[in-house]
Amino acid sequence: MIRFALTVGMFFGLTVPVQAAVDIQEIETPGGIAAWLVEEDSIPFTALELRFAGGASLDRDGKRGAINLMTATIEEGAGDLDAQGFAVARDDLAASFSFDVGRDGLSVSARFLTENRDEAIALLKLALTQPRFDQEAIDRVREQVLSNIRSDANDPNSIAGRRLNALAYGDHPYATNYEGTLESVGALTREDILNAYGDVLVKDRVFVGAAGDISAEDLSALLDDLLGDLPTDGAPLPEPVELQLTGGVTVEPLNVPQSVALFGHIGIPRDDPDFFPAFVANEVFGGSGLQSRLSLEVREERGLTYGIGSYLVNYDYSHVLLGQFASANDRVSEAIDVVLAEWAKIAEEGVTEDELDTAKTYLTGAYPLRFDSNASIARILVGMQQDGLPIDYIETRNGKVDAVTQEDVQRVAKRLYQPEALRFVVVGQPEGLESVN
Amino acid sequence: MRFAPLALITSLIVAPVSALATEVTSFELDNGMEVVVVENRRAPVVVHMVWYKVGAADEPKGRSGIAHFLEHLLFKATDELEAGELSETVNRNGGSDNAFTAQDYTGYFQRIASDRLELVMSMEASRMDGLRLVPEDIGTERDVVIEERNQRVENTPNALFGEQMRAAQYLNHPYGTPVIGWKHEAHSLTMEDALDFYAQHYGPNNAILVVAGDADPDEVKRLAEKHYGVIPPNPSVVERDRVKEPPQLSERRLVFVDPRVGNNFVNRTYLAPERDPGAQEEAAALTLLAEVLGGSSTTSVLAQKLQFEAQNSIYASAWYSGQSLDDTTFNVVNVPVPGVSLEEAEAALDQAIAEFIEEGVDPEKLDRIKRQIRASEIYALDNVRGLANRYGSGLTSGLTIEDIEAWPDILQAVTGEDIIAAAKMVFDRRKAVTGYMMQSEEEVTQ
Repeated sequence: MIRFALTVGMFFGLTVPVQAAVDIQEIETPGGIAAWLVEEDSIPFTALELRFAGGASLDRDGKRGAINLMTATIEEGAGDLDAQGFAVARDDLAASFSFDVGRDGLSVSARFLTENRDEAIALLKLALTQPRFDQEAIDRVREQVLSNIRSDANDPNSIAGRRLNALAYGDHPYATNYEGTLESVGALTREDILNAYGDVLVKDRVFVGAAGDISAEDLSALLDDLLGDLPTDGAPLPEPVELQLTGGVTVEPLNVPQSVALFGHIGIPRDDPDFFPAFVANEVFGGSGLQSRLSLEVREERGLTYGIGSYLVNYDYSHVLLGQFASANDRVSEAIDVVLAEWAKIAEEGVTEDELDTAKTYLTGAYPLRFDSNASIARILVGMQQDGLPIDYIETRNGKVDAVTQEDVQRVAKRLYQPEALRFVVVGQPEGLESVN
Repeated sequence: MRFAPLALITSLIVAPVSALATEVTSFELDNGMEVVVVENRRAPVVVHMVWYKVGAADEPKGRSGIAHFLEHLLFKATDELEAGELSETVNRNGGSDNAFTAQDYTGYFQRIASDRLELVMSMEASRMDGLRLVPEDIGTERDVVIEERNQRVENTPNALFGEQMRAAQYLNHPYGTPVIGWKHEAHSLTMEDALDFYAQHYGPNNAILVVAGDADPDEVKRLAEKHYGVIPPNPSVVERDRVKEPPQLSERRLVFVDPRVGNNFVNRTYLAPERDPGAQEEAAALTLLAEVLGGSSTTSVLAQKLQFEAQNSIYASAWYSGQSLDDTTFNVVNVPVPGVSLEEAEAALDQAIAEFIEEGVDPEKLDRIKRQIRASEIYALDNVRGLANRYGSGLTSGLTIEDIEAWPDILQAVTGEDIIAAAKMVFDRRKAVTGYMMQSEEEVTQ
């Protein structure tokens, strides 16, 4: 039956007309805290996102995992409330606070109703400024962290990540897992946790994003109240690190039926004039969707994997081009050959006009769709500030994507994709694959 | 069907919500296709989903994985589309698309700027009855599915353990067979298997359209009639009536040993009733029982008794989801601290549950949970896809729109006595599977 009357072509090549309704207000509180706000009063709650720069990379020497354990314990009792008392108070308000740490930041994601906003913020303030870190709570949460470390010990994805980081980052904090090891976490004392708290929760290093049912005036007062008592000095921030990856293959034996492959080499800085051409090139090469070159060649053509992608990753102190896939042990070697051939091909030939157009229409069309919830908007606002982007970036970003030409991509692909520099870490029992240094 | 490398582990308990300010409209097309429009004009984005009332539990015996394999194959050619063209077109228009298969349903969706709704609708309609497979599609895509199984199951001891638990739980019902299929059967699926399954189950009279977000119900109706309304009903579609479980008279116990296990734990599943149309009260009591017992890692009964008081547990929890066409499970788990055996962990878990039934439900705790459920209705409005899922999964699990909308009030009406009665009903060891997950055999005999 032919009933496909609609001309698909009519949709091609249009600049996507959707303008995200994202009106960002920039706030500087009387107390000196900068924040970005998107006011949206249709649902009576607010999403508030805080990110303290430095994160778990501020662990002191020999204390790996202290900041992670501190973060996991910060909500386990504060002021007069023990762990259960705190949880009861929070649940009574139907608020949620989540504390999360990574290599570049400690994030606090809070969600609270308009009807009891003041009480919710008072409680969050208690956790941020008067955490108890009772020995009992530290020990209980430590067991949970240790159980995660034990689970990760035999997980192929975790093993691959740890190995690649160790190869890439020398003696920089990025080289080791911020959860720590069984030994380092086992040895942490309450004093270590208090130090970790003082090192990272620093007023001068916080990025703030908020979205939802709150005015700029109310947010300003709220932030001074919430964060005003935090100290202004913390541990020294890390230094940028040179990526130490070299081309080759590292095999980590593990008794699993499917090998996990993680691969990478140096990427491109976020503020490099060629960042956007690189970003568009990588969308063609290993971006989302089944149309990327890697996905077409490795999955669609050959059925070698369920999923493959490549990502330009910009940490605060390093930039890297990473990729990953998983293939049965007897097929992973073939998949690596395909990846390497594609790596060489894009470096040599760049991308076609059609590929470029498709990537641009996808990227520009998908961008406004990100701003569809308070929680995601608050997170994006923080990410923009941490990346040092201007407040009008949302309006200019699609123009930067559209301005990328085939020549730009050709030039940048030659610089970015270096098959001889690509390091594969393969965890499993890959057949016909040896470590090559 | 698509790999999501950065996907987060989803939580086990999804708090039910009601629609509040969001307008929900529903109607039926002449060919039997149900349509639900969830209007939420927050952003100029629309989620377009087609849910089929067919899933892995509807597969013919010996062909496990065919529902999921067919879902992958629906991205191949149709009468009007080239293989891969649907996704490519969605992509070119800034949207994203994907699909999913469960025991009771198979769903396909796109998320895209709302002025492109007709585009995705026209393409989704094309694969409702116009699939055109060629033999070359089969081998490669079957390899992809096998790699998906490797990734999700074979490489993950917890997933293998879960398969064994479910297989032991269901003596007769197909829920005991994994959605992705047993490995040996997934290896042998053919094009004919896929086309037979498609011919039997796909069609407008077995589908539910859910459009959520920046959508006008009248416009959706016009477009749905134009694109889906012209597809004739599939006469092969019949009401689902799956084989039933016989009375379960004996507990099953299993020990799963895998050297990759990081932490030993004990898991128990009990056969439990699901939400039925017009009769959701028992499922509501079980939902709150799971919340009271295991909903919070700090204040739930199991966390309090095992993690805080006895301090011999790293993690103890309970969960239950009543959304299911046939009998589902109520689940409890205890991960003991090192040095505590699984026999002791199991005894402690049973003791905690027995004490709870004896002590009854703390009214303050119940009030707090109900308050959180009410608040979750407000927070849910921030997630358009979640709203769409609620209707799609509910309607394909045997519920009506009235049932879905009544659910929040039914939850609020549950009393402490209802919860204890539900606990006494569900914690029946004759209907349970107890599984030990361990790193080595030696520990079993210790």
